[in-house]
Amino acid sequence: MKQLVVLSGKGGTGKTTVAAALVELAGRAMIADCDVEAPNLHLLLKPEITKSYTLNVSRKASIDPERCTRCGDCVEACRFEAIREFRVERHACEGCVLCARLCPAGAISMEEPEGTEVFMGETPYGEMVWARLAVGEEASGKVVSRVRMEAQAAAVEKGYQLLVIDGSPGIGCPVIASVTGADLALMVAEPTLSGRHDLLRALETAAFFRIPSLVCLNKCDINVEEAERIKEECASLGVEVVAEIPYLEELAEAARLCMTPLEVAEGEAARLLRRLHEKVMERIGLPASQKGTLH
Amino acid sequence: MVIAVASGKGGTGKTLVAVNLALALAGEGLEVRLIDCDVEEPNDHLFLQPEIRSSERVELTVPRIDPDKCDLCRICVDFCAYNALALAGDRIMVFDELCHACGGCSLLCPREAVREEPVPIGRVECGLVKAGKYGGADISFCHGILDIGEPKATPIVRRLKERIGEGAVNILDGGPGSGCPVMETVRGADYCLLVTEPTQFGLHDLRMALEMVRELDIPHGVVINKYILGGGGLDTWCAENGVPVLLRIAYKREYASLYSRGLNLVEEVPEWRERFLRMFRKIVPNKVEGGARA
Repeated sequence: MKQLVVLSGKGGTGKTTVAAALVELAGRAMIADCDVEAPNLHLLLKPEITKSYTLNVSRKASIDPERCTRCGDCVEACRFEAIREFRVERHACEGCVLCARLCPAGAISMEEPEGTEVFMGETPYGEMVWARLAVGEEASGKVVSRVRMEAQAAAVEKGYQLLVIDGSPGIGCPVIASVTGADLALMVAEPTLSGRHDLLRALETAAFFRIPSLVCLNKCDINVEEAERIKEECASLGVEVVAEIPYLEELAEAARLCMTPLEVAEGEAARLLRRLHEKVMERIGLPASQKGTLH
Repeated sequence: MVIAVASGKGGTGKTLVAVNLALALAGEGLEVRLIDCDVEEPNDHLFLQPEIRSSERVELTVPRIDPDKCDLCRICVDFCAYNALALAGDRIMVFDELCHACGGCSLLCPREAVREEPVPIGRVECGLVKAGKYGGADISFCHGILDIGEPKATPIVRRLKERIGEGAVNILDGGPGSGCPVMETVRGADYCLLVTEPTQFGLHDLRMALEMVRELDIPHGVVINKYILGGGGLDTWCAENGVPVLLRIAYKREYASLYSRGLNLVEEVPEWRERFLRMFRKIVPNKVEGGARA
C-alpha cells in the first residue's frame, strides 16, 4: 500500500480541493483527513459515518481546594506556569503529571478533557477516517497519528493500494505526524510572496523526513512573476512541478457548492486534474485508474 | 492591550488583517507592537520588511542520562507522560522530539542520574518597521521561526509573548487552526479577531475557532475576507449566533493581486486605512465592556 500526503505549507491554497480530485480520480482509495484542526475533506466527499469513537489523548491537572494546603510545591515545579493561585489554568497545562506526583496533600488529580471524536465512513470513492478535536484539545499531533493509524490498518485489511492523506498547514507537530513514513508528498502552492515562502519551508520539512515531493501550482495565473520564481526555485531543488492550474471559476464554484472538483469541472480543469493524477500515480508507482486516464 | 488574530482555517487573511491593522494604528501615531506568532510559517515580515535588530535562540531543556549513575530503576520511564524515555536493554533512551521539557525525570530521579541539556528548537527575531507611507510611528516587530523538523511550536510562542509591551497596542498574529500554538497565542488576549471567508469550509472552521475563544472567555468579533454579496450565509450565521461582524473585505482580484506581491491594502487603497481604524474603535469599547485589563 502506497501513502500519498497532500500538503500546502500555507492554508487556503486548494489542498483539500486537490486531495478530493485525486481521491475521485483514483476511483478507489483509503482516505485520511489529517487536518484535524480544520477538517474540510468530509464536507466535499460527504462520507456516510459507519463507526465513531471517543478518544482521550491528553490529561489536565485539577486541584481539589479542600485538600490543598497551599504549600506551593506544584507552583514551583510547573514549567508551563499552569498553576496560578493554586488553580490550574487548563489551557496551559501540558498534562505532565509532575504536580500530582509531587503534591504532599494528594490534592491534585488528572482529568481527561471532553473527548475528541474519531470517525470512519464510506464515500463513493473509498473509506475515510477523520476526527473532530475536543475544545481545548492540544494534542493534535497525537490525534493525527491515530487517524493515520486507523486508516493504514483499514487499508491493509481491506486491500487498498493507495492511502491519500490530506495534511494540515504549517511544518510543526501535526504536519510531521501526517508526513512521516509517506511515500510521496504533493505540495499544493499558490504563487504569492507568502505562498512561495511557505512552500519552501514545507519542501524543506518533507526533505528532512526524506519524503520525495512534487509541486502542484494552483491559481498559477494570479501572479505570473511569483509563479516563475517558484518554478525556478523548484528546478534548482530538483523538485518537479507536475501541474499548473490557472485560477478557474469552476473550481472556486465547486468549493463554494461543497462538491468535488470533478463533479463540477469540465474541460480545462478536468483535463489538468487528470494529468496531475497520472503524474502523481506514475511517481508513486501505481497504475493510473481508468477514471484518471486522458480521454 | 493585546489583540490576537486567529482564523480556524488557513489562508483566510489573518496576516492581511494583522499587518494592515498595525499599519493603520501606527499611522495614527499609536505605539504598536506586531508579534507574528505563526512560528511554523511566519509571513508578516514579508509585508513589512522590518529591520531585524536582534535574534535569539529558543531552547528546550531535554534530559540526558548518566549511565554510570543510572541503576535502571525506571522511575523516569514510568513517569514520563509523553513516552520520551524508554528502557532499551541496559540503558535509558531519550527521544528528544517527544520531550515537553517538564523536568519531572530529573527531579524524580533518586540517583541524580538525569542532567538537562538545552537543545535549540527555533529562534525569535525582533526589529523595527519604519513608519509607513502615512508617517506616524514606527512599529516594533517580533516573529518566531520554528526549526525544520521540530514539532514543538508552543514554547516559541510563549517566548514571543514575553515581548508584549504594556501601554502599547500589541497585535498577535496566530497560526491557522485551533491547536496548541494558536491556543497559546490567544490565551490572555483582551480581544480576538476571527478572520473567516464565506464558504462552507470557512464556516465550519469558524465554528471551531469560536468554541476556542469562548472556552478561553475572550471577547471576539469576526472579519469576513473575500466577501461576496450576501456573505455566503455568514452574515446571517453570525447574527444568529451573537457574534459581531466588524469588517468585510470584498472579494476582488485587485486585492488578491496586491497581496500576492506583498503590498498592503491600507497603503495602496487609502480608504482601507479609515476602515481598519473604524474596526479598532469598535473593539476598544468591547474590551472595556468585557472588563478585561487595559
